[in-house]
Amino acid sequence: MATTTTPTTKGFVGKRVRRTEDPRLITGTATYVDDVTRPGMLYAAVLRSPYASARISSISIEKAASLPGVSAVYTGEDVKAVGPVPCAGSMPTLRVPHHKILAQDRVYYVGHPVAAVVAIDRYVAQDAVDQIEVEYEPTECVADPEKALESDAVRVHPEYDDNVAFTFHAEGGDTDAAFAAADVVVSERVTVPRLAPSPMETRGVVAEYDEGTEELLVYSSTQIPHLLKTQLAVQLSLPENHVRVIAPEVGGGFGSKCNVWAEEALTCFAAMDLKQPIKWIENRRESINVVAHGRGHVDHLEMAASKDGTITALRFKILQDIGGHHQLLTPIIPTLAVIMIPGLYKIKNFTADLTGVFTNLPPTDLYRGAGRPEATYVLERVVDKLADKLEMDPAELRLKNFPAADEFPFETATGLSYDSGDYAKAFNIALENVGYDSFLKKQEKARSKGRLLGLGISTYGEVCAFGPSPALPAGGWESATVRVEATGKVTVMSGASPHGQGGETAYSQLAADALGVPMEDVVVIHGDTGKVHWGVGTFGSRGTAIGGTAVHLALEDIVAKGKKYAAHILNASLDSIQFNQGIFSSNEVEEKLTFQELALEAAVAQKLPPDTEPGLSATRFFEPPNFAFPFGAHICTVEVDGDTGQVEILRYIAVDDIGNVINPMLVDGQLHGGVAQGLGPAFLEEVVFSEDGQLLTGTFMDYAIPKAKDMPWIESERTVTPSPVNPLGAKGVGEAGTIGSLPAFVNAVVDALSHMGVEHIDIPMTPQKVWNLINERSQS
Amino acid sequence: MIAASFDYSAPETLADALRVLSDDPEAKILAGGQSLIPIMKLRLSIPSQVVDLGGIIDLHAIAEEEGIIRIGSMTTHEQVEHSELLSEKCPLLVAAASGIGDVQVRNRGTIGGSVAHADPAADYPAALQALDAKVKVVSSAGEKIIPIDEFIVDALTTALEPDEIITEIHVPTESTGIGTAYETIVQPASGYAIVGVAARIGLSEGNISFARVGITGVGSKAYRALAVEKALEGQPAKDDTYGIASRVAAEGVEALEDLHASSEYRAHLATVFTCRAIAAAAGRAQ
Repeated sequence: MATTTTPTTKGFVGKRVRRTEDPRLITGTATYVDDVTRPGMLYAAVLRSPYASARISSISIEKAASLPGVSAVYTGEDVKAVGPVPCAGSMPTLRVPHHKILAQDRVYYVGHPVAAVVAIDRYVAQDAVDQIEVEYEPTECVADPEKALESDAVRVHPEYDDNVAFTFHAEGGDTDAAFAAADVVVSERVTVPRLAPSPMETRGVVAEYDEGTEELLVYSSTQIPHLLKTQLAVQLSLPENHVRVIAPEVGGGFGSKCNVWAEEALTCFAAMDLKQPIKWIENRRESINVVAHGRGHVDHLEMAASKDGTITALRFKILQDIGGHHQLLTPIIPTLAVIMIPGLYKIKNFTADLTGVFTNLPPTDLYRGAGRPEATYVLERVVDKLADKLEMDPAELRLKNFPAADEFPFETATGLSYDSGDYAKAFNIALENVGYDSFLKKQEKARSKGRLLGLGISTYGEVCAFGPSPALPAGGWESATVRVEATGKVTVMSGASPHGQGGETAYSQLAADALGVPMEDVVVIHGDTGKVHWGVGTFGSRGTAIGGTAVHLALEDIVAKGKKYAAHILNASLDSIQFNQGIFSSNEVEEKLTFQELALEAAVAQKLPPDTEPGLSATRFFEPPNFAFPFGAHICTVEVDGDTGQVEILRYIAVDDIGNVINPMLVDGQLHGGVAQGLGPAFLEEVVFSEDGQLLTGTFMDYAIPKAKDMPWIESERTVTPSPVNPLGAKGVGEAGTIGSLPAFVNAVVDALSHMGVEHIDIPMTPQKVWNLINERSQS
Repeated sequence: MIAASFDYSAPETLADALRVLSDDPEAKILAGGQSLIPIMKLRLSIPSQVVDLGGIIDLHAIAEEEGIIRIGSMTTHEQVEHSELLSEKCPLLVAAASGIGDVQVRNRGTIGGSVAHADPAADYPAALQALDAKVKVVSSAGEKIIPIDEFIVDALTTALEPDEIITEIHVPTESTGIGTAYETIVQPASGYAIVGVAARIGLSEGNISFARVGITGVGSKAYRALAVEKALEGQPAKDDTYGIASRVAAEGVEALEDLHASSEYRAHLATVFTCRAIAAAAGRAQ
């Protein structure tokens, strides 16, 4: 194992420190986009297509425009000059259909923005939307990615000769030879339905254009304010230094706000056109309908192995439902499934073929886990099938195929270098915690009495801490500035853009420990391109490993600079200066200097050494040399009610390794939320469309997200294998729970029914689906 | 998700509320708002005026009189759930109320609003059917007392006239020796019942002497499972009896079909939860 510098735990780091964000959040004093008001502000609302595929023959706006209180009505024609909604995909075969911020002559999905109204308040705006008269000529549509690939399928974009958005092939080793030599081959086809990210705060934008300074000020509920600033400048043909984006309090994103949305440019365009501030707040129905859905896969995995259980090769086929057009990262997301398909196993040979398919549905894009949950799900299903086929214990099979702790960094067939790990250790703890052997006995006994008990294992690996810049379309670094005020207060500015994770708390812990100041002396600023000069954002479980590391490096610079000042002021040699708990001292002199005294000296600049500049401030960028690779084992035990198909989770064991931990409480919260978002699609969640592309789960009355009462008690434990790829030794935790949980539940339910000959059940495993299977089996 | 414009009034007496209704035929009554507000936000309902009954104090009381418990129509689910009187004398209604939606819904939603909305999957109607409940409605012309079975006509359709207001729900004080239970499986998004079964079972010397079974969620309106009741009465109180009787729980009912449950699955669940409710009720009937 490579050596790492682990942060000291003298003060706050490593402790369950309460979140500094929470007082304002729980007292309702935080400012979200919808809390922003500007003088003379107007409100926008969007008219969306009721058809999945149609030509627009005419739009009549007269009635809407003449309603009292309506300032403007915009159609596709009016916004033609605004640049397209960007897509960062760059594979050679990629087709990028035009994606204007309002539909031009055609609509591609139900919810496609067709026109926008700006009015005195949101009620009038909605009234006016209802008064816009659009004549559509509905055309045949295709709402199923597999059907979209059939040769006679109607084309979503008539300018292309089929619905293939792109193809992507990857391989390693010699897969054909490995399959030819295999003793056993198993396979499974799984569908992973579309999921609605459903952040508690929907999207929202306030845009204001200052005619004097020619500055566009944009508040947006985004995870990537800096990237949005650049993109808006491009779309609106503005100099980038005339655009300022503020992500105020952001109420969750789960990846859905790591995007550049048509409504952002649209609101800005209208604000510039009308020279009045404009607010647009998405309603929940729009959020469930058009905010890029996660997943949307049909996956097929074939696995070759030898008799002794050594897994030798994988053939992976992914069908990614793209939707009507791309969003920012749409084509890139499924490639993450490709690179992680070997999971935690030493598999030397693989081929992967990914096909992106246009459908007449809203776009898909990243959602918590982004590609890794899909890969882990199909992999862990097939590993269980292999165990069945070999009549081998599924735990033993997994243990047999892990790399050993001394094999790291471990090079995968997909070209990744897993940074560090001890997979068997975490898994053995999970097996121990669940009481594996005794459960199997209990299960046997229960079965003889007609009770259906099951145990499901998921050993998962995850690629995160995105990431080395060459692997990302817009840079993978992060920046941080630490500024020490004259009074010794500390301001940390991060280019990461936390939106619920607790980044302010974690960065404050780092700063308080490094500088020996109380946490309340630290203010963390983020999410404002006018205050934080460089940034990439928060997504891909990078806030701590990348954003936190940049903060850590800047803090180190502050201490180094402070020591220089202190040596001069104390009249001691630099080498003799110690900095401990906020005190500069030297064994050469009696006198000491507190951090606050030093901060004042740095500001008044009267006693500084001649070769230094005043100002105790440092800006650092951290460019990671590699991703980080968390891992873990989740085990779920269930009892299935044979009469109703309802599944009760009996126990849920999670052993995760996310590297070093700055705040265990934040980590617990992330894991619990992650597990919930992984279990949701396992038994509840699914965005459903009719054959003609109409959304059937358009409100929370029909779209089921897990609620507190649906969640099991999570028996959580961690092993700690520090990452060598950053000085904090942190890996990332935002997505781990989501990746690990789904297969554990699914495998448990399949296990409970395995004696009936059930080998697979597609998710979500609703009571009806489970009961149907039981019913079929008991009748046959 | 933004309602069309509407007027709002909050009369303080029933007479004032009735006057508003007769003056404005497009007006809608607002009780707890748990059904009306969502459909107004989707603009599926665009009333000219919303008449909030919240200020009419008389509609909030729960009182017992001569074996009848009168529950004011504006009584919230939470108030039913935590009523000492009802816990003691009509526990079936308490069981049904405690399973409605979530805490927020129970804090706002009212028994009168639920009955007036007549959602085919609402929890109350199953219990009200099993309780032979009655609905008291008032208009400027006078008052009527309508049995629940006649009051709820079909899905989202009741016998309530546009100028009438529900003022009370009447349920009987539970007789001694009768056990009750409400068993349900809920739609995971909405919290409504996919199937909910309310049972009241009386025992006499080991045999079932009295049976009332109300079922919600299966058909277009909650119904009394008369065939089940008949199959139970006079039979020995044991699992076999319950199982056999439950088989006809959905007999003659066209079971609903939606995203969350097929008609076949619903009809099957009706038998399962009927059996469970009967068994639980019989177990308490001592």
